[in-house]
Amino acid sequence: MPLEMSLLTLEARATPSVSAAWLSPLLALTLTAITGAAIFLIMGKSPGIALYIYFVEPLTSWSGLSEVLVKAGPLILIGVGLSIGFRAGIWNIGAEGQFIAGALLGSAPAIFFYESVNPLILPLMMLLGILGGMGWAAIPAILKTRFNANEILVSLMLVYVAELLLIHLVQGPWRNPQGWGFPGTRMFPDAALLPVFFAGYRIHLGTIIAIVVPLLVWFALAKTQFGFQIKVFGSAPLAARHAGIGEKRMIWVTLMIGGGLAGLAGVIEASSTIGQLVPKISPGYGFTAIIVAFLGRLHPVGALLAGIAIAVTYIGGEGAQISAGLPKAVTGLFQGIILFYLLAFDLLTRYRLTRITISKNAT
Amino acid sequence: MIPALLELRGIQKIFPGCIANDDIDLTIAPGEIHALLGENGAGKSTLVKMIYGVLRPDQGEILWRGKSVQIDNPASARALGIGMVFQHFSLFESMTTLENVALALPAQNLDLLRAQLEKTANEYGLKLHPDRYVYDLSMGERQRIEIVRCLLQDPKLIILDEPTSVLTPQESDVLFETLRKLVSEGRSILYISHKLEEVRALCGQATILRGGKRVDNCVPAKETAQSLAEKMIGRRVEPLQNRETSILNQKRLIVSDLSKHSDELHGTDIQDVTFTVHAGEILGIAGIAGNGQTELMAALTGETGPPQSGSIEIETQDVTAMTPMDRRQLGAVFVPEERIGQAAVSNLSLVQNSFLTAGKRMGFVSAGIIDWSAVGAYTGHILDRFDVRATGQNALASSLSGGNLQKFIVGREILQAPQLIVVSQPTWGVDAGAAAAIHEQIQELVANGAGALVISQDLDEIFSLCDRIAVISQGRLSTPRPAAEITTEAVGLLMGASNHASGDVLANA
Repeated sequence: MPLEMSLLTLEARATPSVSAAWLSPLLALTLTAITGAAIFLIMGKSPGIALYIYFVEPLTSWSGLSEVLVKAGPLILIGVGLSIGFRAGIWNIGAEGQFIAGALLGSAPAIFFYESVNPLILPLMMLLGILGGMGWAAIPAILKTRFNANEILVSLMLVYVAELLLIHLVQGPWRNPQGWGFPGTRMFPDAALLPVFFAGYRIHLGTIIAIVVPLLVWFALAKTQFGFQIKVFGSAPLAARHAGIGEKRMIWVTLMIGGGLAGLAGVIEASSTIGQLVPKISPGYGFTAIIVAFLGRLHPVGALLAGIAIAVTYIGGEGAQISAGLPKAVTGLFQGIILFYLLAFDLLTRYRLTRITISKNAT
Repeated sequence: MIPALLELRGIQKIFPGCIANDDIDLTIAPGEIHALLGENGAGKSTLVKMIYGVLRPDQGEILWRGKSVQIDNPASARALGIGMVFQHFSLFESMTTLENVALALPAQNLDLLRAQLEKTANEYGLKLHPDRYVYDLSMGERQRIEIVRCLLQDPKLIILDEPTSVLTPQESDVLFETLRKLVSEGRSILYISHKLEEVRALCGQATILRGGKRVDNCVPAKETAQSLAEKMIGRRVEPLQNRETSILNQKRLIVSDLSKHSDELHGTDIQDVTFTVHAGEILGIAGIAGNGQTELMAALTGETGPPQSGSIEIETQDVTAMTPMDRRQLGAVFVPEERIGQAAVSNLSLVQNSFLTAGKRMGFVSAGIIDWSAVGAYTGHILDRFDVRATGQNALASSLSGGNLQKFIVGREILQAPQLIVVSQPTWGVDAGAAAAIHEQIQELVANGAGALVISQDLDEIFSLCDRIAVISQGRLSTPRPAAEITTEAVGLLMGASNHASGDVLANA
């Protein structure tokens, strides 16, 4: 008797559709909202109200919008940098560490010259912030190009080193002598703070930078030889080698861009909304930016939009804690669910599920 | 009347976007060598996969000895008595011959199997050493393992997919003797090949496919190679014109004592390779795949870094330590063996693929910004002049057929007006029409004073195209000889030669 077995299997699609690639983030967001509604229902909250607080309320007032953009800034900057690396197949997972390193080095002038009124201090800080992030990313770059060490592990482990270094500095050598023993540096002088534009709103120069950078990167990727090389290197390493695109150079350049932008985001955060260094300066921007990069289809303008979308969940999460008494963990939950659905849809745009029947002749 | 061993009636197979097989009939009599002919993409492999149970037909009927059967998977094909030797061997390199054979058969005593293997191998004149490791074996020897493995299951029908593409002429002759012996025992063979002379000498019947349809059935011995080719292609084929050769004294490429280790595990190191390509000359390097061709190509392009010793000069400039781009700037262009993934990127458009190797040399970049409209014009020029069939400049490289993509790649390099072109396997898997076009373009370039190096496994191509011929075997290159002074047999011996023998063979040739 032949036995019939039915199995599900994945079959590659002949031509993955381009529109599906952009549709999958939208579908992922929709399904996240539906799943979220179910979770709220189980928690005994009204799904309609909770979803409104999460996804709509932040966008209904000027101050909400301003907060969303301020929050989106670091996500966008880091996300754009990571997109470039991910396109080239360089998996920098440690942007969180580069963010902190940038904040540390970039803040040094404001801490050592805490009475400075020199307007040049701010550009100097931005520059040092970029260099700090680059320096932190240089460690995985050196180890990868010299010893072929895995950049995922090296960059990730350096996050914890950076976090501990920050805690050590703000509790020890850089602690504010007039801070009643609280961990944290001196408040930065006004000259070291990024200018704000509208009284009562927190949108600052850094937010503008975060909106301009993706557009510049978009131009660079589309028009320059460098952008072309990244694309080739990421999709066909042998073709890149054949065309003389050096592997080591690509590893270095992409890690420097990713680290530099994360470092810039770090110093911007320190010199704007926080105004000093404290033990915890990031709610996990460096990790959340990985979701931003993928949600934005590794496209700089995509990262801009995705950064704003994810920022909404942060702001909505804060609102939900206050007005609906929902735990803060729900924000992280949402971000995780988004990534989960996104990866699932991405898989299904490249493969289709098919049922195969296997018949076995019993002998 | 004896029923046919295998009969296919009205077989159809549809893949998304193409009809791979359309209403195909095929009949194989017992004791017959039946050729299956067709260009790439004609539907040969799809048809064979259905016979061997890898795919299932959407429509049509398969009859085995007059009875309708359903072949669900390769195991049920083997149970019927159908065996297959694939073009790409499925052998584990780090295991011995005996172990590889044992893996494919039901569990059994190894000593018994060894005796059986040796008996079968001797019976059919297939020399094999059961205890040698596969990585150490030539392509011919690996093929013998596959054949013996197939024969141990006592098949009535053996399917051979391009069996001679990896063999020297001498090895091919040995294979043919084996095949004739098999047929004399009443077994049948389905023989897939595009080597038409071979088919004419060997096969009693031929089925010709074109564009997924069966276009003709004939007795190959009653046809000429020319007429068979025309049936396959569907139009007249112009034979390659002999050109006036005028080799100039100017040296385009000088390679001296070049030795380079392979990057690959079980790759072939090249050793002390020396040759010169002059202006106005096509130098051919023959050899069986895996004898150092890939490594030699990589050493010439510079993509795997500097060699261990020796030197390379392009246009009399030492380029041994130069990057691929700098070598191209001196006037050299390269067409590597791998079309997709190395010469071209599948998910990029043709315009982007033009830029890939032509960008710098053709001056499409200023201050880091790419002038895409200029690249577009260049791409249009390639498509026109080389008759590349594509939906346009923005078509993805992956959407082109093998032949069209190769015409595009060769065109992209030739339009850069190089002084030196190095091509590996220029017409591998390319249809006859495109192959002729590619040959003509190389000849024209050389007639205008460039030098060409052609690395190919196809001896017909080497002999019809090249002025001088050298053979690469186990990473060593024989001394190049004028094509008129060397015979196919001598080249065949060199292709199979071990390191030490090569000099002697030439002396006796």
